[in-house]
Amino acid sequence: MVDATDMVPATAASREPATMLAPKKKRPSRAGAIVRYGLLIVVGLVMIYPLLWLIGASFKTNQEIFSTPWFWPQNPTFQGYIDGWQTSTPYTFGRFFFNSLCIVVPKVIGTAVSSTLVAYGFARFDFPGKKLLFGVLIATLLLPDVVTRIPQYLLFRELGWLDTFLPLFVPQWFAWEAFFVFMLIQFLRAIPREMEEAARVDGANTMQTLIFIVVPMLKPAIISVCLFQFMWTMNDFLGPLIYISSVENYPISLALRLAIDTTEAFNWNEILAMTVLALTPSLVVFFIAQKYFIEGIATGGVKG
Amino acid sequence: MGGDNRFLGLWYVSPYLIGLVLFTMFPFLASFYLSFTDYDLLTAPEWVGLENYERLVTRDRTFAKSLRVTLTYVFTTVPLKLCFALFIAVVLNYRLKGIGLFRTAYYVPSILGGSIAIAVLWRYIFADTGLVNMIITGFGGEPVNWFGDPGNALFTITLLRVWQFGSAMVIFLAALQSVDKSLYEAASIDGAGPWKIFRHITLPLITPVIFFNLIMQTVQAFQEFNGPFIITNGGPLRSTYLLPLYIYEEAFQSFDMGYASAIAWILFLIIMTLTLVAFWSSKKWVYYAGDKRN
Repeated sequence: MVDATDMVPATAASREPATMLAPKKKRPSRAGAIVRYGLLIVVGLVMIYPLLWLIGASFKTNQEIFSTPWFWPQNPTFQGYIDGWQTSTPYTFGRFFFNSLCIVVPKVIGTAVSSTLVAYGFARFDFPGKKLLFGVLIATLLLPDVVTRIPQYLLFRELGWLDTFLPLFVPQWFAWEAFFVFMLIQFLRAIPREMEEAARVDGANTMQTLIFIVVPMLKPAIISVCLFQFMWTMNDFLGPLIYISSVENYPISLALRLAIDTTEAFNWNEILAMTVLALTPSLVVFFIAQKYFIEGIATGGVKG
Repeated sequence: MGGDNRFLGLWYVSPYLIGLVLFTMFPFLASFYLSFTDYDLLTAPEWVGLENYERLVTRDRTFAKSLRVTLTYVFTTVPLKLCFALFIAVVLNYRLKGIGLFRTAYYVPSILGGSIAIAVLWRYIFADTGLVNMIITGFGGEPVNWFGDPGNALFTITLLRVWQFGSAMVIFLAALQSVDKSLYEAASIDGAGPWKIFRHITLPLITPVIFFNLIMQTVQAFQEFNGPFIITNGGPLRSTYLLPLYIYEEAFQSFDMGYASAIAWILFLIIMTLTLVAFWSSKKWVYYAGDKRN
């Protein structure tokens, strides 16, 4: 469901020269540096201020939200969180977090396992039709989801999977997102094969080689895959919108949309508080694992 | 490795093969078939030939409007976003202290930006009494009717995408950092100024990445859904009614699966044509190192 059709233009190799050459880079003149810093700070503030305002406003009273554009709350209150958490439904927001978890966990695990198996197959073996299949893999990177969405819905409807979480993660168990396979293939190509060959000589079969030799070396890349899939799943809205119909199964994205439709027009702090909560898992994961994102994107090339 | 068994590799890629057939190829062909039918989920699809397409092209004014809005959106958002991403990447590509901090600050919006939460935030920021109007009136300006005016509404959606320029920027930055620095030195010894160096050395060398970003951002922009759905719900006067919204409403609210498939296929053909044109034209402007063509 993620509109992630991404490719990898630069290989891992292209990172190395950049760092080696870095010391040679010319230092900018003093005036140049000031201009650059000034520009970066102004743009950075404009970029980040909406998020700061969001977090600040979620701790304000409604009256204060409408009275000042300054983000810092004068008398911080948790009322927005307390009211918002109850929601207008019979469930609390906790229920919707749990539902999101029920989608994210099988989806991330399924993506990681199946993409690793398939990437290993492509990168380390020859088999009939490999060239053709790899061509198809590249082509599907560019295939917009919009053209497959309706029949997918009809398929899952036939299977009786509507209003369950299954349509939201089962395709990912079959390495459905070609981008992740492609990213792992690129990483595998950059890893020398000597260790694997040695393991094979010692009598390990290919599966043992994959699990004990390849996966440990591929770990950073697999972590990147998991992180991106986590983010995209948390952001996914259209998938749940199409497949999930009863409120008890709503993930956070649908619950938030329900909240803006059902909360009284001027209770902004409730909505903004729940918006902050909805963003929290992604923000926490991002700050913990930042380097995997930046590396994944720099070597991978991912749309955001 | 391999060699033991010609089919071992096939075994490893079999999950992909199954998924490809079930969740990509079958739906792809089925939607092509459905686009020539009338199908409301209640009775079996009824073959109507080219009728759906004919109605779309000649009679459906909603489609004409939606297509115009979509093209306007894509052709403003993508260039704006890419220019901004490249500009900031160039500014960042110096030995400044704290570069990591800036990179993070610019990157965070693109990680969160596609989410419903940010679309909700946007709705409140640009509301009549929202943050943006408070700042404008604070400086003594007149508050702007962001969602009531057709021209402004699409602009807020565009702005949401441009705000997420971080991922394109990180890709540009990686490319800029891999440019061989000796080329710059040689050029500046020959007396070339910074703009000339950028125009004639840096820019040609990063064309592969510009090409990559251009295609990815275009394909993605054509499928924008969350922003217009949550922020403006397609309005006012359908001024933000992008084609994916139209497809969604035809398919999942009117349950007119055949007609929705036809719209989806037109959208797909537009994306594919533009992608092919880009690939074809890339021979003229994309430079690959080691390529003897030029």
